Amino acid sequence: MTVAFGTILLTFIMATLRATTPLLLAALGGVFSERAGVVNIALEGIMLAGAWGAAYFSFISGSAWIGLLGAVFIGVIMAGLHAVASIKYYADQVVSGTAINLLAVGFTEFMLNRIWGQAGSSPEVASLPNIGPLNFMIYLAFILAIVSWVALYRTPWGLRLRSVGEHPLAADTLGIDVFKMRYAGVLLSGVLGGLAGASLSIGLLSRFVDGMSAGKGFIALAAMIFGKWNPLGAVGATLLFGASQSLSVIFQLMGIQGIPTQFFNMLPYVLTMLILAGFVGKSVAPAADGIPYRKTN
Amino acid sequence: MGLRSHPLPITMLLKLEGITKRFGSLVANDHIDLEIRQGEIHALLGENGAGKSTLMNILYGLYTPDEGRIFWKGKEVKIRNPRHAIDLGIGMVHQHFMLIPVFTVAENITLGKEVTRNRFLDMNEARKRVEELSQRFGLEVNPDDRIESISVGQQQRVEILKALYRGAELLILDEPTAVLTPQEVEELGKIMKRLVAQGHTIIIITHKLKEVLHLADRVTVIRRGKKIATLDAAGQTEAELARLMVGRDVILTVDKEPAKPGKVVLEVKNLHAKNDRGVEAVRDVSFTVRAGEIVGIAGVDGNGQSELIACLTGLRKPTSGTVTVNGQDVTGQSPRRIRDAGVGHIPEDRQKRGLVLNFTVAENAALGDHRAFARRGWLSYQRMVDKAKEIISGFDVRPPRHDYLARSLSGGNQQKVIVGREILRNPDLMIAVQPTRGLDVGAIEFIHRNLVSERDAGRAILLVSLELDEIMNLADRILVMYKGQIVAEVPGHEATEEGLGLLMMGGSASA
Repeated sequence: MTVAFGTILLTFIMATLRATTPLLLAALGGVFSERAGVVNIALEGIMLAGAWGAAYFSFISGSAWIGLLGAVFIGVIMAGLHAVASIKYYADQVVSGTAINLLAVGFTEFMLNRIWGQAGSSPEVASLPNIGPLNFMIYLAFILAIVSWVALYRTPWGLRLRSVGEHPLAADTLGIDVFKMRYAGVLLSGVLGGLAGASLSIGLLSRFVDGMSAGKGFIALAAMIFGKWNPLGAVGATLLFGASQSLSVIFQLMGIQGIPTQFFNMLPYVLTMLILAGFVGKSVAPAADGIPYRKTN
Repeated sequence: MGLRSHPLPITMLLKLEGITKRFGSLVANDHIDLEIRQGEIHALLGENGAGKSTLMNILYGLYTPDEGRIFWKGKEVKIRNPRHAIDLGIGMVHQHFMLIPVFTVAENITLGKEVTRNRFLDMNEARKRVEELSQRFGLEVNPDDRIESISVGQQQRVEILKALYRGAELLILDEPTAVLTPQEVEELGKIMKRLVAQGHTIIIITHKLKEVLHLADRVTVIRRGKKIATLDAAGQTEAELARLMVGRDVILTVDKEPAKPGKVVLEVKNLHAKNDRGVEAVRDVSFTVRAGEIVGIAGVDGNGQSELIACLTGLRKPTSGTVTVNGQDVTGQSPRRIRDAGVGHIPEDRQKRGLVLNFTVAENAALGDHRAFARRGWLSYQRMVDKAKEIISGFDVRPPRHDYLARSLSGGNQQKVIVGREILRNPDLMIAVQPTRGLDVGAIEFIHRNLVSERDAGRAILLVSLELDEIMNLADRILVMYKGQIVAEVPGHEATEEGLGLLMMGGSASA
C-alpha cells in the first residue's frame, strides 16, 4: 500500500503540473493585458486559435518548434484584433473579446475541415519534447511566470505598464505613451495565450482537437483574479485549479467508487464561480481595467 | 509677499503672446498675453470656465493653441506634449491629482523617469532621492507610504515633489487650496514661499480672492477667455478683484434684515449616531430650527456634521434620539417620507447625491418627486420639461437648455439646478450642506441671496458649511460642532472668526 501511495502521489503531482501549464500561461497573458488596463476575455479564443496554429505549423513544417512559433504568431494576430478594437476604437472590451472567442471557434473548425478534411481532430503532428519526465512547456510556463513577475515589478517598463492600467491620464501627463503600453500588454497576452494553446495541442498531446480549450481560458481568468493580477499569485491559483482537475484521475486510480467523475470534472468550474463571486478572498482589479483611454487635444 | 525685495533685476521667464484656443464655437482663450517673471508667485484669477485651466493646459502641452506664441526664457517654443513641457522645466500640479493610489510615494514621484541600475528599478536609490528632495524643500513625505493611505495635503506635496524631481523651474498649481483644510492651506503658503526663495517661479490658478492677496506677488485677471488686467497684488482689495473677475460690483457680504423666527419646524432631541466604521460620531445632539431663521452649523470637517445631516435626511439611522419635523416624528424614516414631511435637501456632493449626471436637466428636475410627474403611472416628459424650464428661468441656469445632460453644465449651474429643484418644492425646512463649495463668486452670491429670501419667506433653514465666512454671513444662530457634540451656540451677529475658530478646535469662547 505504501508503494502504491507513492505512485499515486507522483501521478497526482505530474497530472497537476500538466493541467496547470495551459492555465498558467493564459493567466499570465491575462495579467499583462489587464495590468495595462484592457480586459481580455478573448484569452479563451486566443488559446484555441493558438492550439490550432501550433498543430498547423508543426504539421506543415514537421517541426514542433516551428509549431510553437506559429502558435505565438496566431495568438498575436488574435490579440491584435482585440487590441485595435479596444484601444484604437474604444470598443467595449467584453463585446470585442466575445467576438474573438466566437471567431476562434468558427475559424478553427473551418480550418480543421479545410486542411485535414476531417472533423473532430487533426492527424498526429510533431510535438514538443519532454525534458526528464515532464514536457518542455511545463518548464517554460513556470519560468515565464518568474520572468513576468520580474518584468512587472522590477523594471521601469513594468511600473509604466501598471501605471497605465491604474490611472492612464496620470501616466500620460508624465510623458508615458498610454496607447503603446496598452498595445504591449494586449499583444503579450496574445503571445502567452498562443503558448497556452501550443501547450495543449503540441505539448500535452500531439494533435489539435476541436474545441480543445474547453473553457480553460475562462478558468485562467478566474485564476488571474484569484491571484490578484500578480504572476506569482497566478502560479498559486492555477496550481489549485490544476490540482482540482487532477483529483478525478487520482480517485479513479485509488479505485474510490461512488463519486461520479463528472463531479470532479465540475470542480474547477465551481471553484471559478465561487472565486468570481468573491467568496474566496477579495482582490482589487487595476483601477482603469476595462476603461478605454481617450486623449483630449 | 508684497514686501519681498527683488535683489536681481527682473527677468522674464515666460511670455505668452496672443494665445487663442477655440473649442468648436466657444473661444476659451481669446488673444491672451501673459508675462511671468523669474521668481514670482503669479496668480491667475478668474471664475470657473473663464479659461484659466485651458491656458495652463496649453502651457503644459496638453492642448495646442490655435493662435499665438510662447516664449520660454526669451526663446520661442512650441510645446508639443507634457513630456516636452517637463523637459523645458515646466511642472504642473493638477486640481485632480495625477497620482496612482496603489503606488507608493516614491513610485509616483519617479514614474516615467525611474531610477535604474542595470535596467532594473532601484527603489533604494529612488527612496534616497525622494528623501533628499523632501528635505531640501521642507515637503515632508514618507517615500514608502501608499498614496491611498495618506492625507490630501500630503498627496499635494507628492505632486509638487513630482514636478521638482523632474527639474521644474516653473510650477503651475491648479486650484491648489480647493481640497485643503485651513491648516493645510497655511502650510502650502509656507511651502510656496520656500520654493520661491530657492529660485522657483509659481503660477497659481484660483478663483479665491483671499488667496491672491495672501499668496501672490502679481495677479492676472481673466474673464470669459480674455485677459482683463495684470496687477501687483499688494494694495488690492477683495472687492476690487471681484469686480474685475466678474465684470460688475459684487456684494461679498449678504444684506439681510434681522430674523423673525416663528414656530419650531425642526426639533432634534438627544440624537446619537454612528459613522461608517461603527464609531459614535453624533453624541447627544439637541437643537431646534424655527421658521424664518437660518441656523448654521460650523465645525472642522469630520466632526459629525455629515452623520448628523444623514440622520436628518433619512440616509442614516440614528442609534437613539428623535427628529421631529412640523411636529411629526420622522426619526429613522426613509428619505421619501422625510421629503414628504416637508424637508428639502441640498446635498454636500452635488455630483454624487444631488444629480444624476447622465440625465438631462429635465430628468433631474423630476428626481425625488417622480410621482408628481406621472399620469396614471406613466412619466410625463412634458411636466418634467415644464418644471425644468421653471428652474432654468427662475434660477438663471446657463446654458438655458432642459435637454442638456447635467454632466455638461458647470459646477455653478449644476448647483443652481439642485437649489431650484429643492426650493420649488416649497419645503418647510431646507437643509443646505456646503451649498457653494467650489463655486465662483457670482454663483455664491446668487445662492446666498436665494437662501436669505427663502428665510424671509418663512422657511426654516439649516446650513452646514466648512467656510466660516459663509456661516457668519448667513446664519442667524451658529451652532459649533466638535467631536460629535454641539459645544456652543453663538448669535450670528456676535460671531467672530477667531472666536468660532477657537470653539471649533474644542476651546471655549472666553479663552
